[in-house]
Formats: sequence, structure tokens, C-alpha cells
Amino acid sequence: MESSEVWAALENVKDPEIPVLTVVDMGIITAVQQTTDNRQRTTCIVTMTPTFVGCPAIDVMKKSIYEEVKKLGFDTVEVKVDFETAWTSDRMSEEAKTKLEKFGLAPPPHINGELTEEQLNNVRCPHCGSTDTTLRSAFGSTLCRAIRFCFNCKQGFEQFKPI
Amino acid sequence: MNNEGLKDLLYKMADDALIIGHRNSEWTGIGPMLEEDLAFSSMAQDKIGHAQALYKILHEILGEEDPDKIAFLREEKKFKCCHFTELPIGEYDFSLVRHFLFDHAEALRYEMLAQSSFQPIVLLAKKIKGEIKYHTMHSDSFLKQLGTGNEESHARMQSALNYAFPFALGIFEKSEFENEIIADGIFAGEEELKKRWLEKIATIIAAATLKLPHVDESKIAYGGRKGFHSEYLKPLLDEMCEVVRTDPEAEW
Repeated sequence: MESSEVWAALENVKDPEIPVLTVVDMGIITAVQQTTDNRQRTTCIVTMTPTFVGCPAIDVMKKSIYEEVKKLGFDTVEVKVDFETAWTSDRMSEEAKTKLEKFGLAPPPHINGELTEEQLNNVRCPHCGSTDTTLRSAFGSTLCRAIRFCFNCKQGFEQFKPI
Repeated sequence: MNNEGLKDLLYKMADDALIIGHRNSEWTGIGPMLEEDLAFSSMAQDKIGHAQALYKILHEILGEEDPDKIAFLREEKKFKCCHFTELPIGEYDFSLVRHFLFDHAEALRYEMLAQSSFQPIVLLAKKIKGEIKYHTMHSDSFLKQLGTGNEESHARMQSALNYAFPFALGIFEKSEFENEIIADGIFAGEEELKKRWLEKIATIIAAATLKLPHVDESKIAYGGRKGFHSEYLKPLLDEMCEVVRTDPEAEW
């Protein structure tokens, strides 16, 4: 099977905490591997890396990935979770960041390895587009969100944390 | 590689994370303001996630029990957490100071472990670094704001620091395998960690206009790493494990 077919199937798996993004948009799929043994039995191994170590959505995503890939007809499907490739918010695609902003969540800036305090400033409000915003709390409704406030439209909003 | 020393190191790190994670979660619903309620709840979730990841390494690579069994079905004396993590949440000043002192030690420990000869911990350490950064940013900002706030906030933070410090030093209780794990390149050791930690916290404490108390060696809360715990661990475990222990084999 073309590996693009597996990736297409993975596009059907949404992040349960951010339903506009797929696991592919999020950049949490790190490898797709297919093998056929000498009895012509096919196996597909999908490897994923968690956004946060304690992310409670992992098991749900793992199960959905298994189900979607199994539909393609493999004899065996294995979904592995490891930290071989550490997830950072830089793994999100540009398309994903646009979808996030439309969803009302400010996307994370590109941090290139190390988060600095400056990167926590200059965040654009997803409601009115102003950058006159401030960090209210680095901790929000899920592990991956921070709470911010916009001085221009006087609204609170959430940001997907750069990590 | 010294497996017993490695297991001992992973157990104490995981138990610290699990127990302080549980304590952090006790602020859920009663934090002094919404943002702080969320902060301690989120940090609790992170810490318990870290504990689980460490127990998983112990299980999958070093042949120990399943993570849920390790967390919920061990007796008190098998736990290796330090007394500092066991203490009740107390007033918010104490919880903030503990969060500050503990999280810097944890961040530096992972920083050192990113150089370990044991590859699974290297990968986890690199991953966890970004998460803990948010924890220490939070603690540092509160320590500075309250240390330099007004007379009462300053006094409360200083008094919490005086109380917490002998317990915090108990984090660095040496393991009986200390020399072996250093020689094997697994971890550079508690003494080195303590040195880096004292350097790190000194500048932040000074910026908060607080003073690091002098502590006699005899006052340091040791014992946790060897299974001798404070009076607070047993009741915590009884509560944390109550549901699982009613039916350990139940499917969830």
C-alpha cells in the first residue's frame, strides 16, 4: 500500500481536545512503517509522540488511530507511543496554525528549540487581531493552553502554548 | 550498568513526582484565585504524567510491575519520595515556596539526565524540559512578586522559606548506589545537583529580597529515600489508593 494512503487515513483522526486539528496537523505522528512477512501477512506500525507527557487524550487518539488504519485492511496494526522524537509546538504545520486561529485559539509562535519570555509576548488576539495582549496565566483549561487577555477588544482568549 | 542504582534513581524521581502531584491536586477547587487553581491543577497533571512515564520505563525496560500497580498497590515503606513532597499543602505561601524549591531541583535533575548514559531517560528528560519551564516561570514570578510585595507578603514568604528549607535539602539524600550511578554515567549525583540548585535558587531568592536560612545538617529531613517517611505519607496513600484498593483487579 502507498504510505500516502495511511497518512490520508490518519487525517481522519482528530485531536479530541482541539477537534479542528488532525493528528497529522498536530505533528504528533513521527513514523509510519509497513511490513509483510513471509506468509504475506501485512503489518502497519504507526509511531506517535505525545504533546505533553501527561496528556490525557493520548489513549483516545491511540485507539482512533488503530481503528482508522485497521480499516485499510492490514492484518496487524500497532500504534506505538515514544519520545524518540520529542514533540514541540514547532512541529505543527502552518495550515494547523491557521485552523487554530479560526477556531479561536491563538497559535504558538515558532520557538526554535528554546522558549524565551519574549516569545510569550506579542501574541495576536484571535478575535480582533490586536497584539496588545497579555499573559494572564500560563495554565489553562487543558495542559496545552494558556490564558491571555486582549486590551483592544477587552476579551479573554486562549493560546496553544509554545513548548 | 548498575540496574539497582538506576531503579533506585527512577523510583525516587517518580515517587516524588506522584506525591507532589497529588499534593498539587489538592488545590483544585480551592485555589486563592481561578488562575492559581488552574496552575496547581495543571502542574499536578504534568507531575503525575511524569511519574507515569518513569514507572513505565521501570516496567517496560527494567522489569518492574505495571505502572498502576507501582503507584497504587505498594506499601508505604516501598515509596522513595522525600519528606518535602509529603508535607500537607498548608497555606498558599508554603505551597508556592515548595513549588519553587522542588521544581528547580527537578528541572536541574532532568537537565543533568539529558546527558545520561541511559538512553530512555535522556529522551524523557529532553521532552519534560519544556513542560517544567512553565512550572519554574510560574514559581519564580510569584516568589518575586510576593517577596517584594508588601510587609505581610514578604514576611509570609520568608517564614515559609525558613520552614521549607530543611525539608527541601532532604531532596538530595544520597542513594546507597551513588558512586555506582556516577561511575556508570547514569547521573552525576545528588551532591552535584545540590550545588547547581543552590546556585540557581540563590539569584532568584535575592531578587525576591528574601534570605536563604542557615540549616544545621542535623535538621535536614532525610529518610524518605530509604523508605522512612513523615507522618503525612500514610494518610495521603490511604486516600489516594482508596478506590483502587477496594478492587485491584477491576477493569476501568
